[in-house]
Amino acid sequence: MLFKFASPQTFFPLAGKMIPWFGALAAVLALAGLYVAFLVAPTDATQGEAYRIIFIHVPAAWMSMFLYLVMAGWAGTGLALNTRLSGMMASAIAPTGAMFTFLALWTGSLWGKPTWGTWWVWDARLTSELILLFLYLGFIALKASIEDPVRADRAGAILALVGAVNVPIIYFSVQWWNTLHQGASVSLTRSPSMAMTMLAGMLLMALAAWTYSIAVILARLRTIIRERERDMEWLREAMA
Amino acid sequence: MSEFFAMGGYALYVWGSYGMALLCILVELISLRK
Repeated sequence: MLFKFASPQTFFPLAGKMIPWFGALAAVLALAGLYVAFLVAPTDATQGEAYRIIFIHVPAAWMSMFLYLVMAGWAGTGLALNTRLSGMMASAIAPTGAMFTFLALWTGSLWGKPTWGTWWVWDARLTSELILLFLYLGFIALKASIEDPVRADRAGAILALVGAVNVPIIYFSVQWWNTLHQGASVSLTRSPSMAMTMLAGMLLMALAAWTYSIAVILARLRTIIRERERDMEWLREAMA
Repeated sequence: MSEFFAMGGYALYVWGSYGMALLCILVELISLRK
């Protein structure tokens, strides 16, 4: 079953059917999330209204790390098993991952200015997140610079896998080093250190970011498949 | 209403964050349409 959909031929139409569903789901979740974030969640006692930035900052930061691991996972699968779709999947993920990384940095900076009094500090959390952005951009640039797609997939996979060590560094940086950035407020093992409505807003926004990512990545994957397999008979039939 | 948009004096930071998010999403969606 899994292997059946692991080929571009079978995945292409399936992805096409999934995109509108995930896109609609993302829109509904984002609207619900924004409603909770702005109209339900109370004003924070210490940070005032500025804290409402976290409803976009935290989901963006989660996605930036998670998408990198998924991208590296697909790239590694392609490297190990030589599956055609894997490298395309990794390429499809990279721009969305870079977008969320940029948003995490941008919103973090806009949150830091009123709360910490500075746009930027070179502390472990912020620096490792910036490195993540460079890893995404490096991955995209490296793949774009190599003509042969098979060689591009291989070179990209090595970069993606080596760079994956940065993700646990980002995640644990607030514990390993003394940083300005606060520790995690949401954890699976203990109750969250924030109001329930704040948590609900954040989770809704995180789910919106997830479903949005799936829709956008599948759409980009279809573009990449169309490009790479343009000489294949099956694609001509699928497009007809 | 204007109180809502003022965000307790943090309008620049809050709307700067959400505005950039919206812009990024629009750019990504438009780039995929082509």
